[in-house]
Amino acid sequence: MLDFLQMVVSGIAVGSSYALMGLAMVIIYKTSEVPNFAQGEMALISVFFAFMLLGHYGIPSYIAFPATLAFAAILGFFLEFAVLRRAKNPNVLGMIVITIGLEMILLGLVSWKFGADHKDMPFPISPYESFAIGKMFVSTLEVLTLFVALVMMVTLFLFFRFSKLGMAVKATQQNRSAARLMGIRTNRIMMFTWGLSSFVGCVAGLLLTPVSMEPFMMWDPMLKGFASAVLGGMTSLPGAVFGAYMLGIIENLFGGYVSIEFKSVVAFAIIVLVLCVKPSGLFARHYVKKV
Amino acid sequence: MLFYLQSSGKDDAVTYSIGRISFDGEKPVMDMKRDYYEDVKLFTSGVVFFWFMVLMVFLAAYPFLVKNYYVYVANYIAINIIVVIGLNILVGYTGQISLGHAGFFAIGAYGTLILMTKFHFPFLLALPVSGLIAAVFGFLLGLPALRLEGPYLSIATLGFGLTITRVIGKIEFFGGRQGLHAPALVIGPWHLDTDRDFYYLLMVITVLMTVGARNLIKTRVGRAFVAIRDADIAAETMGVNLVFYKTLAFAVSAFYTGIAGGLFAFVLRFIEPELFSLFMSIMFLAMVVVGGLGSIMGSITGACLLGWLDLQLRNILSLPYIGTWLESLSKSYFSITGVSNIQFILFGLIMVLIMLFEPLGIFGFWIRTKKYWRTWPF
Repeated sequence: MLDFLQMVVSGIAVGSSYALMGLAMVIIYKTSEVPNFAQGEMALISVFFAFMLLGHYGIPSYIAFPATLAFAAILGFFLEFAVLRRAKNPNVLGMIVITIGLEMILLGLVSWKFGADHKDMPFPISPYESFAIGKMFVSTLEVLTLFVALVMMVTLFLFFRFSKLGMAVKATQQNRSAARLMGIRTNRIMMFTWGLSSFVGCVAGLLLTPVSMEPFMMWDPMLKGFASAVLGGMTSLPGAVFGAYMLGIIENLFGGYVSIEFKSVVAFAIIVLVLCVKPSGLFARHYVKKV
Repeated sequence: MLFYLQSSGKDDAVTYSIGRISFDGEKPVMDMKRDYYEDVKLFTSGVVFFWFMVLMVFLAAYPFLVKNYYVYVANYIAINIIVVIGLNILVGYTGQISLGHAGFFAIGAYGTLILMTKFHFPFLLALPVSGLIAAVFGFLLGLPALRLEGPYLSIATLGFGLTITRVIGKIEFFGGRQGLHAPALVIGPWHLDTDRDFYYLLMVITVLMTVGARNLIKTRVGRAFVAIRDADIAAETMGVNLVFYKTLAFAVSAFYTGIAGGLFAFVLRFIEPELFSLFMSIMFLAMVVVGGLGSIMGSITGACLLGWLDLQLRNILSLPYIGTWLESLSKSYFSITGVSNIQFILFGLIMVLIMLFEPLGIFGFWIRTKKYWRTWPF
C-alpha cells in the first residue's frame, strides 16, 4: 500500500511537468491549429539562457529567473512574428514541418554552444532534499513543481475567464474573422499566445533543470506533454491537465508493478488505445467535417 | 488558336494551369493527354525514354568512374530514395502524416538479418518477407489512422516508431543493445562483399521500386490515394473504399521502407537500436518535404540532396573553405565539442525555408522554372 501511494505521489509530481508542457501546447494549438513540436526546444533555449545568467555571469537567481521568463516570452513573440506568420496558405503538415524545423534549429544552436555533456544548474533547491509525510518521502522539488503547476493552472484559468486580454484570446480561438470584426487585433493575439505558451513551457523547463541539464532534456517531457494534450483532446486546457496526471500516474504504476524497461513506451500505447475509442481525445467534442 | 490546359502532370501533386499559345498547323507540344493509355504510358515521349536510357548507362558505369567512398555514398542515397518514395506515397499522395517510419525501417533491417542468421533464409527471400512483415505492421498502424488526422495521427505514428525502437533494444532475441552484424551476402554463385558489388543489386532494386511506385500512382489505386488526400469524404461518396485504401497506403509505404531497411543493414553491415531514432523519421519526412510532396522525381531529388548533405556534414570541420572558418567561429563564440550539431541547424533551416517559400519543394521550383521558360517572354 505504501509503495502504491509512493508511486502515485511521484506520478503526480512527474505529471505536473507534463501538465505544464501540455498546457503550453494546447494554448498554441487552440489559436493557430499548430501542433508545436518546437515547444520543448523553446523551453530548452530559455533554460540554457538561465544557466548562462546564473553560471557564467553570476547573476542572483531572483533576477535571473524573471529575466529568463521574459526571454522565453520574447522568443515566443519573435518566432510567431518571424516564421509562423510568414507561411503561405499553411496546412497542418506544413505547420508540423515548420515547427520540427524550428525545433532542430534551436536544438542545434544549444548543443553547438554548450556541448552535449551534463551541466549542473545552480538551482536554489537541490533535487535530493526530501521530507517525510507519515511514512512517505516526498522531495522538496516535487512539491515545488506541483505547487507551481497548480498556481500556473489557476492563474491561466482566471486569466482566460476574467481578463480582457484572455477574453480576446478566447474570441480569436473561437472565430478568428468574427473576432477581427469586433476590433480584436488577431495577429497580435496570435503573437501573444506564442509568447504565453513559451512562458509556460519555460516554467516547466526550469523545474526540470535540477534533475538533468543537457540538450536533449526536453525531448521526453515535450513528447509526454504533447501526448497528454492529445489524450485530453488537444483543445481543452483541463483535459490536458487531466491527461498529464493520468499519464504520470499510470506510467509510474506500470514502471513499479509491470516492467520498468517499457515504462516510457506505455504512454504511447495508452494514447493509441484511447484514440481508437475517442478519435479526438477524451475531452474535446468530436470534430465532424462538414462538406 | 489559344489553349488553356491543365497539365494533368507527370507526377505533380497540384495541377498547374499552363497557358500556352500554339498556331494552326503547328503540332501542339504541351502535355495534352487524349486518352487513358496516353496517361498511363511509362515513357511519355521518345525524349524521356532517351534520357532514361542515358541515366541507366550512367548508373551502370558509375562505380568505374569514381572512388570507393562515392560508391558507398551512392548506396546510402539509393536506400534513402526507396524510403522517401515509400513515405511520399503515404504523405504526399494519400495525405496521411507519419513520424514513425524509422520503426518500419528498423523492422525491415532486423527482419532481414534475423531471418538470414537465425532461420537461414536466402537473402532474396528474406528481403521481401521482411518487407511484408513491415507491411503487416503498416496495416496495423493504418487501422487507428482511419479515424485520426493532424496532430492525433502524428502522435500515434510517433509513438509507434519510439515503441518499436524500444522493444527491439530491450529484447535479447533481437540482439539487444549490442546490435546485430550482417552475415556475408551470397546470391546464387555471386559473393557480394564490397560496396561495388552491392551497388548493382541495390540499383536494380531501386529502379524497380521507383518504376513500381510510378505505375502504382498511375493506376486506380494511385488515383484513389490522391482522391483521399484531396477530399476524403468526397472520395468516399464517389465509391472509394476508405478503409481499404488508407490501410493499403500505410501497408505499401511500410513495405517500401521495410525493403529499404533490409538493404540498409547490408550497407552499414552493423545495426543497433539507437540508429532508428525519432531523428531518422524526421529526416525522412524532411527529404519528402524538401524534394516535393506528391512527386516521385521530387522524392529522388530530396533524397539525393539531403542524403548527400547528411554524409558531408558528419565531418564538417574538414570541409574545404568553410571548415576552418567554422572552427574559429566555434572556438570564439560556441564550443568545439558541439560543432557537429551544425547539421541540425542546417537541416532545420532548409525545412523551414522550403516550407515558407516553396511549399512544393524543389519539384515545385522546377515546375515554376519550366512554366516560366515555356511561356517566355510572356
